[in-house]
Amino acid sequence: MPPLPNPLPDAETQCRQLADLIRPHLHRRPALIGIFSGGAWIAERLKELLGLPEDIGLIDVSFYRDDFSEKGLRPQVKPTLIPFDVEGRHLILVDDVLYTGRTTRAALNELFDYGRPASVTLAVLADRGGRELPIGAAYCIWEVPLSDGETLELCKLDDGRLSWGLENA
Amino acid sequence: MNIEIRNGRVIDPKNGVDRDMSLFIGEGRVTGLGQAPASFAAERTIDASGCIVCPGLIDLSARLNSIEAELAAAVAGGVTSVVVPPDATPPLDEPELADRLIHRGKEIGMARVLPLGALTVGLRGEHLSELAGLKKAGCVAFSQAQVPLVDTEALLRALEYATTFGFAVWLQAQDYWLSRNGIAHEGEVASRLGLAGIPVAAETIAIATILQLVRDTGCRIHLTRLSSASGVALVSAARDEGLPITCDVGVHHLLLTEDDIGFFDPHARFSPPLRAQSDCQALSRAAASGLAAICSDHTPLGADDKLLPFGEASPGATGLEVLLPLTLKWAAVAGVDLPAALARITSAPADVLGLASGQLSLGSVADICIFDPGATWQLTPELLKSRGKNSPWTGCIMTGRVMVTLVDGRVVYEG
Amino acid sequence: MHSPQLNRNGELIHLLSIEGLPPHVIAQILDTAESFMEVSARDVKKVPVLRGKSVFNLFFENSTRTRTTFEIAAKRLSADVINLDINRSSTAKGETLLDTIDNLCAMHADLFVVRHASSGAPYLIAEHLQRIGRDDVHVINAGDGRHAHPTQGLLDMYTIRHYKKDFTQLRVAVVGDILHSRVARSDIQALTTLGVPEVRAIGPETLLPKHLDKLGVQVFHDMNEGLKDCDVIIMLRLQNERMTGALLPSAGEYFRHYGLTPQKLALAKPDAIVMHPGPMNRGVEIHSEVADGPQAVILPQVTFGIAVRMAVMSIVAGN
Repeated sequence: MPPLPNPLPDAETQCRQLADLIRPHLHRRPALIGIFSGGAWIAERLKELLGLPEDIGLIDVSFYRDDFSEKGLRPQVKPTLIPFDVEGRHLILVDDVLYTGRTTRAALNELFDYGRPASVTLAVLADRGGRELPIGAAYCIWEVPLSDGETLELCKLDDGRLSWGLENA
Repeated sequence: MNIEIRNGRVIDPKNGVDRDMSLFIGEGRVTGLGQAPASFAAERTIDASGCIVCPGLIDLSARLNSIEAELAAAVAGGVTSVVVPPDATPPLDEPELADRLIHRGKEIGMARVLPLGALTVGLRGEHLSELAGLKKAGCVAFSQAQVPLVDTEALLRALEYATTFGFAVWLQAQDYWLSRNGIAHEGEVASRLGLAGIPVAAETIAIATILQLVRDTGCRIHLTRLSSASGVALVSAARDEGLPITCDVGVHHLLLTEDDIGFFDPHARFSPPLRAQSDCQALSRAAASGLAAICSDHTPLGADDKLLPFGEASPGATGLEVLLPLTLKWAAVAGVDLPAALARITSAPADVLGLASGQLSLGSVADICIFDPGATWQLTPELLKSRGKNSPWTGCIMTGRVMVTLVDGRVVYEG
Repeated sequence: MHSPQLNRNGELIHLLSIEGLPPHVIAQILDTAESFMEVSARDVKKVPVLRGKSVFNLFFENSTRTRTTFEIAAKRLSADVINLDINRSSTAKGETLLDTIDNLCAMHADLFVVRHASSGAPYLIAEHLQRIGRDDVHVINAGDGRHAHPTQGLLDMYTIRHYKKDFTQLRVAVVGDILHSRVARSDIQALTTLGVPEVRAIGPETLLPKHLDKLGVQVFHDMNEGLKDCDVIIMLRLQNERMTGALLPSAGEYFRHYGLTPQKLALAKPDAIVMHPGPMNRGVEIHSEVADGPQAVILPQVTFGIAVRMAVMSIVAGN
């Protein structure tokens, strides 16, 4: 695997780049839905950067995960909040890192319980490879292959800025 | 058979004996203490090194549901005489039933069976049983077991009748009305766990009633299984008053309290219930002072009767094989020396029964228990000879193991 | 003593009682319930958390209300629900409680919701499951004798948190037959665990357990005194059987002294909430005007109850 950039890229810059990728497609009036918690922060940034009038949706996939039998229910479950009608809308699902694809699958299942969207596209800051399902991001800024023992996570600093953190198991 | 028991520490509480010496047995009796009788030739020698040699234990209450297994359990626990409550099925209210029970016990040839006769027919509290006939058939006293005699007039008449013949009546002091819905001591634990409570008043009210009837009739009464500090106080005052009262305490009540119910452990369900720490301490003092004898209240139960929600489980625990180690455990906690502790399960029960047994004087019947006071063993269901495996001590380490038990000078158990 | 409802990592594997639940576990249940409130507000009120799992409702004591809420909660988690009315089945023929459990485990039960007339019955079941090595089967106590009704206690706490936010500033009164009430015991345990500074019990001597003070409760026999400045009033149902057991003379006398009327309610804080586990006896413990009035939150309690039960089932089934 190629060595990681040191220091890690600036997440705020990457959000601006992601917004640039999406901007040409705003005529479809997409609604943003951020997956807790990294995706939710990014979706907030995107709303400001793209000047979207509508409130973003926030989705917690805990109840749709496929690893319930092994891992149980996560301790911090937050309520899903979709403040608009999903029916017939073009949705952009926003997450921080795309890995196996299972989180995206769970989010799709949950969204379809709210109605039938016209389309769903996936926007992520980072794609770390390791896909276990046929899932792909339409918008992605950073391709960064990682090994199983490494964890790439987005966090929010005290001053409110988004920043990457990388951990080895 | 002539038997010599050598190298043991002989403790005979009744006669104040506590000495390392040999014991000699012939024709079923003690024929020599320390010194062999003239022209004694031992046919068997038992080496009691490191062991205590004491009178066979006398258990004032043991139920014999399957008689062979339970009498085998008795001698495995060093118990050579068991007093059997009259509440088997059918209740022991006819002389023929007493005959049969004693006869069966003799056939089995292990611990002696001393039946209590039912005070009333069917224990129903209405008609008197044939007390004289039952006595003749071998009953040692009369009892209502755990069945309350609610009709005070009937109780008065029963005590008057018993007094006519000088018979003793054994009664469980438990007021019917205050105890009929309860399953645990009415205290902190029952309040917290939502268990219907039996207040101490259920015991003290019943004791007060019985004491008044004793004053009026002069009947000799033995109060079974005291459970409360207030109950002990009433009995103590009655003794000071000179009333013919004796009492006993179940060995489990000397060591366990309401706290041992824990998460609704059905093995902690007893009748009378395990009460508070202060009650346990008062019972301990009563046993230590000699006011109360100690018994096992052996109640063998199957899993079907015990593995039920607390309020549905039958009360009681297996006791014959743990009477000795639990008494030793109590003695260690209460600071009672070994001879005094052994008195509670040998000479004191004999006194309650008015028997000459429970001692090792010359000429006494050779009912003997030889035990290693320091040997430890783990209580497991497989190890128990009793059919009743129900115990709050399952898995615990017991200290004190019976090595040899003799009844009538015959070895009936070897560990 | 280690509580059988927590595993070695301190995670909830059964819900048997509020007693012994650390505050963070209670908080986790309430937080998770909030998410399930959102699910219950959707058109498709289902999430796949318990898909493929079988929930057996074992009700040894009849209760259509409680059983129905558990059934709804389980179905909203996509579980298969089987209702067993034990009165009319095997135990009438003498099958023991544990034999029934063994049989149902052989039918691949994943979760038992148990209501039983004997205090402690769910503990017997949980210990038995552990003994036979079935740590994949979970027990939820839906009410055992007088001992506990933990899901009711939790939904009552959810209700209080919803309307009052901060437990540490509250004065809460529990009124009525506390002696016989598993709801009261669970509520009291939960309130003290969550740090409510003043928990009051109001009722006649015959209906209050002795030693309530050891549970951290102040006892009042005078309702007017007891309700003063209360933020939350939890009314308990008075059962008719109590009238025959020499515990109370009549419903009328009880209502005069311990019924919640608008006049008595006025003694509490003006924004006090009135709760009741249901079903209500109007005119016995509560006046209709109060039950239907603006301070009563009795119907929301029912809604919260489904979300709380969904949370409990999801949490234990995953541990």
